[in-house]
Amino acid sequence: MFGYYLDLALHSLTRNKVLGALMVLAIAVGIGACMTTLTVLHVLSGDPLPGKSGKLYYPQIDPQDARGMMPGTLAPEQVTLIDGMNLLRAKRADRQALMAGGAVPIQPGSSSLDPFYVEARYTSADFFAMFDTPFLYGRGWTGADDEAHARDVVITRQLNDKVFDGADSTGRSLRLGGITFRVVGVLDSWRPNPHFYDLTTGSYNYYEQAFLPLQTALELHFAKNGSNDCWGNGTGGVEGNAYPSATCVWLQFWVELDSAAKAAAYRQFLVHYSEEQKALGRFQRAPNVQLRNLMQWLDYNRVVPGDVRLQAWLAFGFLLVCLVNTVGLMLAKFLRRSGELSVRRALGASRRALFAQLLTESGVIGIAGGAGGLLLSLFGLWMVRHRASDYASLAHLDPAMLLVTFALAIGASLLAGILPAWRACHVAPALQLKSH
Amino acid sequence: MEIRPILASLRRHRIPAALIVLEIALACAVLCNAVFMIGQRMADIHWPNAIDEQGISVITVNGTDPALAASDIPRNLAALRGIAGVTAAAAATSMPLDQNPALTGFTTTPDGKTTVNTSVYFLGSGGEQALGLHLLQGRFFNADEYADSGLKNFQSTSHVLLVTQSDAQRLWPGQGALGKTLYANGESWTVVGVVGDVLAQDPKFSGPGGRYSSVFYPSHPDEMMGDYVLRNAPQDRDRVVREAVQALGRLEPGAVVEGKTYAQMRTDYFADTSSMVWMLVLVCVVMLAVTAFGIVGLTSFWVGQRRRQIGVRRAVGATRGHILQYFQTENFLLSSMGVAVGMVLAFGINLYLMSHYATSRMPWYYLPCGAIALWLIGQLAVLGPALRAAAVPPVVATRSV
Repeated sequence: MFGYYLDLALHSLTRNKVLGALMVLAIAVGIGACMTTLTVLHVLSGDPLPGKSGKLYYPQIDPQDARGMMPGTLAPEQVTLIDGMNLLRAKRADRQALMAGGAVPIQPGSSSLDPFYVEARYTSADFFAMFDTPFLYGRGWTGADDEAHARDVVITRQLNDKVFDGADSTGRSLRLGGITFRVVGVLDSWRPNPHFYDLTTGSYNYYEQAFLPLQTALELHFAKNGSNDCWGNGTGGVEGNAYPSATCVWLQFWVELDSAAKAAAYRQFLVHYSEEQKALGRFQRAPNVQLRNLMQWLDYNRVVPGDVRLQAWLAFGFLLVCLVNTVGLMLAKFLRRSGELSVRRALGASRRALFAQLLTESGVIGIAGGAGGLLLSLFGLWMVRHRASDYASLAHLDPAMLLVTFALAIGASLLAGILPAWRACHVAPALQLKSH
Repeated sequence: MEIRPILASLRRHRIPAALIVLEIALACAVLCNAVFMIGQRMADIHWPNAIDEQGISVITVNGTDPALAASDIPRNLAALRGIAGVTAAAAATSMPLDQNPALTGFTTTPDGKTTVNTSVYFLGSGGEQALGLHLLQGRFFNADEYADSGLKNFQSTSHVLLVTQSDAQRLWPGQGALGKTLYANGESWTVVGVVGDVLAQDPKFSGPGGRYSSVFYPSHPDEMMGDYVLRNAPQDRDRVVREAVQALGRLEPGAVVEGKTYAQMRTDYFADTSSMVWMLVLVCVVMLAVTAFGIVGLTSFWVGQRRRQIGVRRAVGATRGHILQYFQTENFLLSSMGVAVGMVLAFGINLYLMSHYATSRMPWYYLPCGAIALWLIGQLAVLGPALRAAAVPPVVATRSV
């Protein structure tokens, strides 16, 4: 029976081409606009470390002086070098890493490559284990290497391809800023989006290619990237080789805590630490502590641009207009066929059968509209990719969103078909037949 | 035109009528808000900026030897001034809209508090002329101030600064700003001049409070000065940028030299905003088209249903004009209902956006404008079906009865 209904639906679509095309088009543009904005939202608000993000926390403490303090002021979004090292060495979490962004010149040895700059991350050893970075070759360095200021470097697959032609380069040497480093590991493709562990370098589409021990980089005065916040007489070595002074926050500190109880204990530890530092005279404010997990941290920083959410709302409004429009057109189409439907009723078809037939027809419109919508959203995403935003290049449709497209299209058209179909199958057959 | 028969007929077709009303209401609500967003973003793109935007080019140099800044910068400036068409040249630490904010909170008392982030600019000698700052009160920096000032830890070692008109009014309302003192991080400076409003380095980041909050310091050549500002006639700017990049490239072989006209910098800064505007415009146009086609479809259906009635009316003496008017009035009534609901809905959506996003209140005149747009679209959409209805011959009444 379903096959027959399908046949009827296709026949009816081709019988009144303009009305059919209008309905399909209305669904298609509505779905196209919706899926374009939803895909962008989906890509941008995704979890960069699924399964792990709930255990990663970003502690915030407030080392600022009392001057200019306003009640309810938020704690700084980064840490000072002193506090960072203290917290790192306290080792109160399951894992912890202190890090900063930077840039290093790579001087390939014998090859014909000219020296070039790459973005780098200066970090302590737990970074790799904590963020589950995939290794192609080798591994990260150890905490002992951190303290020994080891000349170790982990590079990405991309850099490895460029400098070592993709060979296993572990153990080989690489010159960075005039110093010889030993490659200890090569990361496989790892591009978390958003760039959650350091949002000051841009939230999306920012990737480092070299990772080296923080203390080594500081000792060698490698250039840093990112922002600093200073107070008092604090000065940020804005560019160049000077690091920000002791009253500047400029590093990111992440901890891994496996349970909620550990998180509560760690928060307590941060309060104690703040009190202790206040007693020592380093801190002047009452303990002002925050411990957000990864997703809360992204939320707090409003990583997803407000415009993207606004666009999604707008697209939904647009889809609603298209849907109401389709309801109207379907109503016109179904009621126009009252005669035909009355004949079926008179010949013994139940209302339920008529309803099923009409809904099949709206489902067919939905599938056609979904296909059109898919094409339009591919076009829409292509347009988004050509925009100037830093997230532009990330806008791609994934299989999940493809499925959502068709589900949304068919769901929407069935929803749009319910009212017209219900009206049409309640036409009194005798009255209709008599008038013809 | 008698509207009672129309209302009576609409009452018999409640569902299609309600659908048209709903469609117009939704379209009106979305349209008002989308147009309002377009308006806001257009206003952003056209933020005024009291510098000579059309006549400025900026050459950015990165990776020079900091130790040689004191001698290299004057040498580079001399070379830049030698380019034909350049009327002024100066070094600076940053430019409005360069997206590289250097911010400080200034207060009018040593222990004051502020939430405003002020953009800080350090200008080399002649910087006021090169930027084309508009002096409103007081004076620009003199040669001594330029020679004796510098940067220590990104804080000015001078004792003077220029403030913008907005800041002068915000910090000292109703008083003159000249001679007043500004404090930050334990240092203080005297205001010697007030200039027209110059945009922040990143006004979207600084927010409405910091958009026109900028201060200018004098400074002798310093390693932090990576921008060379050139002033020239607008028609020369592309050539000047090209020649300036070549000249600095020769003088600073190890450095990365990039040149841009200021007009280009502004376009780059607002590129994302303008693409959002285009997207909104596209959505509005397509949505209005969809609404119009929906009205055409439903009205055509009605006309088809009522062919016999129309024929009867024509047979008993109604003119074509009467029939046309009937459908137009009907559509006007439906549109009016839709627009009334739509304006309330638009206002509600605006309230929601205000509480959840950084959106301001929609001015009231957007609502009647949206209403008029939808009335017009309704009338245009109904014209085709209504003309077809008017063309129904009276003889239809006598057929098939």
